[in-house]
Amino acid sequence: MHSPDMPRSASLDADARSPAVASLTAWHVLALVGGLIVIAGLPFVVKNFFVFQITLAVIYAIAILGLNLLTGVNGQFSLGHSAFYAIGAYTAAIMMNADIGYGWTLPAAGLACFISGFLFGLPALRLEGIYLALATFALAVATPQLLKVNFLEDWTGGVQGISIIKPDAPFGLPLNADQWLYFFTIAVAALLYLGAANLVKSRTGRALVAIRDHPVAASAMGINVPLYKSLIFGVSALYTGVAGALGAIAIQFVAPDSFTFTLAIALFVGLVVGGVGSIPGTLFGGAFVLFVPNIAEKVSKGLAGAVYGVILILLIYLMPTGVAGLVRWTTGMLGRRAVAREANPETKPDTKTSAELARLEGDKSGVQAR
Amino acid sequence: MGLFLHQVLAGIATGGIYACMGLAVVMIYQAIDHLNFAQGEMAMFSTFVAWQLIQWGAPYWVAFLATVAISFAAGVAIDRIVFKPIHGAPVLSHVVVFIAMLSIFNSGAGYIWDYQIKTFPSPFGTGDLFGQNLVSRHDAGMIAVTLMMLMGLYFFFRHTRIGLAMRAAAASPDSARLAGIRVGWMVALGWGMAAAIGAIAGMMIAPVVFLEPNMMVSILLYGFAGAVLGGLTSPGGAVLGGFSVGVIENLAATYIPGAGRELKLTIALFIIVAVLIFKPSGLFGRPVVSRV
Amino acid sequence: MTALIETRGLCAFYGDVQVLFGLDLAVEEGGITALLGANGAGKTTTLRALCGMVRMRGDIRFAGQSIAGQATETIVRRGIAHVPEGRGTFSRQTVEENLQIGAMTRRDRAGIADDIECVYGYFPRLKERRHQQAGTLSGGEQQMLAVGRAMMLRPRLMLLDEPSFGLAPMVVEEMFGIFGTLNRRERMSMLIVEQNAALALALAGSAYLIETGSLVMAGSARDVGSDENIRRSYLGY
Repeated sequence: MHSPDMPRSASLDADARSPAVASLTAWHVLALVGGLIVIAGLPFVVKNFFVFQITLAVIYAIAILGLNLLTGVNGQFSLGHSAFYAIGAYTAAIMMNADIGYGWTLPAAGLACFISGFLFGLPALRLEGIYLALATFALAVATPQLLKVNFLEDWTGGVQGISIIKPDAPFGLPLNADQWLYFFTIAVAALLYLGAANLVKSRTGRALVAIRDHPVAASAMGINVPLYKSLIFGVSALYTGVAGALGAIAIQFVAPDSFTFTLAIALFVGLVVGGVGSIPGTLFGGAFVLFVPNIAEKVSKGLAGAVYGVILILLIYLMPTGVAGLVRWTTGMLGRRAVAREANPETKPDTKTSAELARLEGDKSGVQAR
Repeated sequence: MGLFLHQVLAGIATGGIYACMGLAVVMIYQAIDHLNFAQGEMAMFSTFVAWQLIQWGAPYWVAFLATVAISFAAGVAIDRIVFKPIHGAPVLSHVVVFIAMLSIFNSGAGYIWDYQIKTFPSPFGTGDLFGQNLVSRHDAGMIAVTLMMLMGLYFFFRHTRIGLAMRAAAASPDSARLAGIRVGWMVALGWGMAAAIGAIAGMMIAPVVFLEPNMMVSILLYGFAGAVLGGLTSPGGAVLGGFSVGVIENLAATYIPGAGRELKLTIALFIIVAVLIFKPSGLFGRPVVSRV
Repeated sequence: MTALIETRGLCAFYGDVQVLFGLDLAVEEGGITALLGANGAGKTTTLRALCGMVRMRGDIRFAGQSIAGQATETIVRRGIAHVPEGRGTFSRQTVEENLQIGAMTRRDRAGIADDIECVYGYFPRLKERRHQQAGTLSGGEQQMLAVGRAMMLRPRLMLLDEPSFGLAPMVVEEMFGIFGTLNRRERMSMLIVEQNAALALALAGSAYLIETGSLVMAGSARDVGSDENIRRSYLGY
């Protein structure tokens, strides 16, 4: 096993170019319409508590999306995103306590986290791989303690934390608080996901991926590596912070011990299980983080942790690159069969040109030569 | 001045714990190029095994040696069984498996032995060293054991062929294979050694912090901090780093106003992060020279 | 002369992509064979396949015994040393430790010590730097170290992947001279992969030309070197 490096398989815009996708577009539209119907109708056919859980799953998904932008896209290993989640949550709680509308808490949380993320990203520039992981982990461990500290107590409510009241639906809409929050969260999520997808496909996104895969080459091509790395730290923190704010509103309570390193680890696990570098994968990650610990506990109360661990190991065995990796592999298999069927029977479907051979051979040695 | 000296010594004493743990951490890092986040829980589990043996009537040193042997075997087994299937998987997936092992060991220990605090005997006896109020007999014994392990490891890695083979396998598995080294077994050996050292660390630490499933959680972090401070490539550095973390933590708690018990860990962590920023390879680590 | 190593129908794959299509080649005992071809033709892959480092199909026989499908470590222990592209230096270890690593499969301590001195005899510059971290050596010195490490195995067959890559011409000349000496004095058979065709053909006894994963020419070095097409495409005249 070699020194920490990021998975290179996450090729984010490959799907857009592969011929297999073109033939699936009809299915895509159908799935989209069906999905919209399900999303819109869900809160009215299931129990309130389940609506609350789905909302939380989406919130975690947003938090994981933030982590994904940093770790998956840019290759900076963070085990400390619970800190940003906490900052977002406390920002929302403090503001709502001061009777400021909950709508304002999201941008405020985002801003606060962007700044703190960017500031953390600056010294983090000097840290790589495992050192960065440990530094961020230190941040995660420190966060609950900092939140309990005496001279901040007037703001943070100390160990007791702060309680908030879930907002009611506006304009007198016939929704209860949980349902309203569900739609509100979905709307925010849609915005954030679109933003992330756009970011990844843009030049900025490609620059970030280049930095992840070959930082020296990226810098040699004129990419301002330190700036990008710090900015994406900020953006990543922003996403997770907004999730934190939403989370605070959903749970109606913030306290230091809700934001321990356990949360940071959970977000990380959600990221890997969903698929590092995959934006849709984060949705699966969010659901995993919320539901699987509960499932584990139902299986065995005393051994809940052990069951959880076993589930994790099995998932990694079956899907080492996460759910997204599995999907990519499956569509890849289907796509390749389609291409082979269409191919000219005279040419060998698997012949590679010299240039491609060179690239394949070069991947194994070349730049990484020691 | 008396207070300062006392705090420094107290720091060295607690630092002994971190040094011991840090040694196990660096050991496995050198073998497999990953940080084993489950190290603490494995050590804790081993300590419980030792405790159980003692409960069943085994004399301390019999239990000690048996536990070390069992832990070694378990470490090898875990590598061959749990980690072999994900050999080609990305690094982040490995980390998740470490986290899973952490969860399994923690939960398993709690289930088998419950969460009530237990006492674990010290082979060095109670009371202070030479009757002076400087350092306890156990702390002194623990420091001695840590240093002995360190010297043993140093000798093993620097002056034995198999130690060199292990280093080669960790540094560059492909090149090591081309030298005929059975890389898979070198890694398994590293796991075994790390598990054994962890077991010793656990058995040294338990008399101080008392035995319960969550005893290692923060200690592992301190162990990481010490290892990073000293340099992940250097077992000696990890030990020195561990001692330093203990001292820094104690001095910070004593001299920085407002830093109650709650913030001891935080301050120590931030100081370490600061060191990392200025000297990423740690105070004693060898900077890795690689040609671009 | 008997073939020390020979392949029949050797195919190799990176994942699902096939890159070698049924190679039949052989290296004679005591001989030097050159494997020529353009960038990306599959030369490195061939050497990797011989060492079990890539997924392969087909038959490979070393000293009459099949080694197809065996693990790299096992193949190496039979007496095949591979000096890979990129040198494979253990950067964090010293020069001397690198050589000791090369001898890891041997048990004769006196023999190993003698062989280290022998390597230093061939490469005095390595002796000067024996306690230096290997990662700080120049490209040429790392290449020498890689060859030295391979020599420590006392192999019957040495596989060399682009030994001239990135080296100054004078260094290359020196190196190839040493290859010749090793072949004559230590009876070491060699399979040399080279883009620098002229160099390889001057040293080798026989040669193969590979293009996009298939062998397109085989014969004595002299015949291959005087072929019209080869001269134009690979030798530049």
